[in-house]
Amino acid sequence: MARTAVLGRLTWQVGTVTALREESSTARTIVVGLPRWPGHLAGQHVDVRLTAEDGYSAQRSYSIASAPANGNLELTVQRLPDGEVSSYLAGDLEVGYPLELRGPIGGWFVWEPDIQAPVMLVAGGSGVVPLMAMIRTREAAGNKAPFRLVYSVRSPDTELYKDELAERQRRGDGVDVTYVYTRTTPPGWPVPPGRINAEVLASAGWPADRHPAVFVCGPTPFVEAVANLLVNAGHSPGAVKTERFGPTGGKS
Amino acid sequence: MSHMDGNMLGGALGELFTMDTTMAVAQCTSCGSAVAIAQTMVYADAPGLVARCPTCDAVMLRFARGPGRAWIDLRGVTYLQLPIPAEP
Repeated sequence: MARTAVLGRLTWQVGTVTALREESSTARTIVVGLPRWPGHLAGQHVDVRLTAEDGYSAQRSYSIASAPANGNLELTVQRLPDGEVSSYLAGDLEVGYPLELRGPIGGWFVWEPDIQAPVMLVAGGSGVVPLMAMIRTREAAGNKAPFRLVYSVRSPDTELYKDELAERQRRGDGVDVTYVYTRTTPPGWPVPPGRINAEVLASAGWPADRHPAVFVCGPTPFVEAVANLLVNAGHSPGAVKTERFGPTGGKS
Repeated sequence: MSHMDGNMLGGALGELFTMDTTMAVAQCTSCGSAVAIAQTMVYADAPGLVARCPTCDAVMLRFARGPGRAWIDLRGVTYLQLPIPAEP
C-alpha cells in the first residue's frame, strides 16, 4: 500500500510559497513548492510551524486541498479571529516567502482512488478542504465512483471552491453538491437557514444499503452530530470516517 | 473543553514512529474497546497531548515533547497494533 511503502520518520522541510489565491472573504489557498515533496493521499494533512525571531514557535495542522503531485501542494487556510497562525498564513504571508512544514500525515482519514464504492462527503465550514482533495484526486485518477458532497456553510460569502464546485456540477462529472446554509442563504433559496439534519443527509447523501465510504470533516460538534445521524440512519460506524478540528490549533 | 481527534497525533508521533500511527489500533484498558488512534478524542490545550477513549472517556495516551526528548505515556492502552508492510 502506498501509505506503508516508504518507512521513515517525519522531518520538517522548508518550502516556498509560489502562489496565493483568495477563496472567500475569510480564507485563501497557499501553493507551496517543496522539492522533496513525495506526493500524498487525498485526506492527509501537514503540520505547519512558524518560528519568530526570538525563537518562539507555534504549529498547526492543515489539510491538503490539492490532488497528489510531486514537488508541490496546496493548503486552504481559514482566517480565525485571533488565530495566531492562521492570521499570518491567510494574511501576512506573501509569494516567495519560506514556509516550514512536515508531512504528509495520516492514513485513516484517506480516500484512495482504487476504490469504486460510492462516496459520501459531509463538510462543515472549512472541513471541506480535505474532501476537496478527494474530489480532485478522483478526477486526476480517472476514478468514476459516484460522489455526493453535503456542504454546510454559514453563508454564501464563506463558501470555499464555489466556482470549481459549480463548474463540476455544470459539466456533470459525477460529483453532486448540496449546500446547507446555517446563517444566511443566497437570495431566493428555497429553505430557511438551518443545520444539517437527517432529512438532508437522506436526500442528498447515499442510503446505507449502497455501502458508501463516508467522510465527515468539520468542527467537533458538527462532526459528532453528523456521525450520530449517519449511524442512526443505518450506516456502519466503521464506514464513517471522521476528522474534527477545534476552535484553536485545529486543522483547517 | 473542546477536543479534536487522533488524526492530529500523526505528526507528533510521526517524529518517533516510522509507520502511520493514526491507523494503529489501540485497546482501551478501561472499557476494552479497540479503536484506531485516529478515532480517539484529543485534548491539545494541556501542556502535552492527551488522547481519550471515544467510548468511555478514559485517558489512553499522553504525549509530551521537550528540548531533545519526548515522553509517551500509554497508561490506558492494553495493546497497540501497528500497520507495517508485509514481509517480502
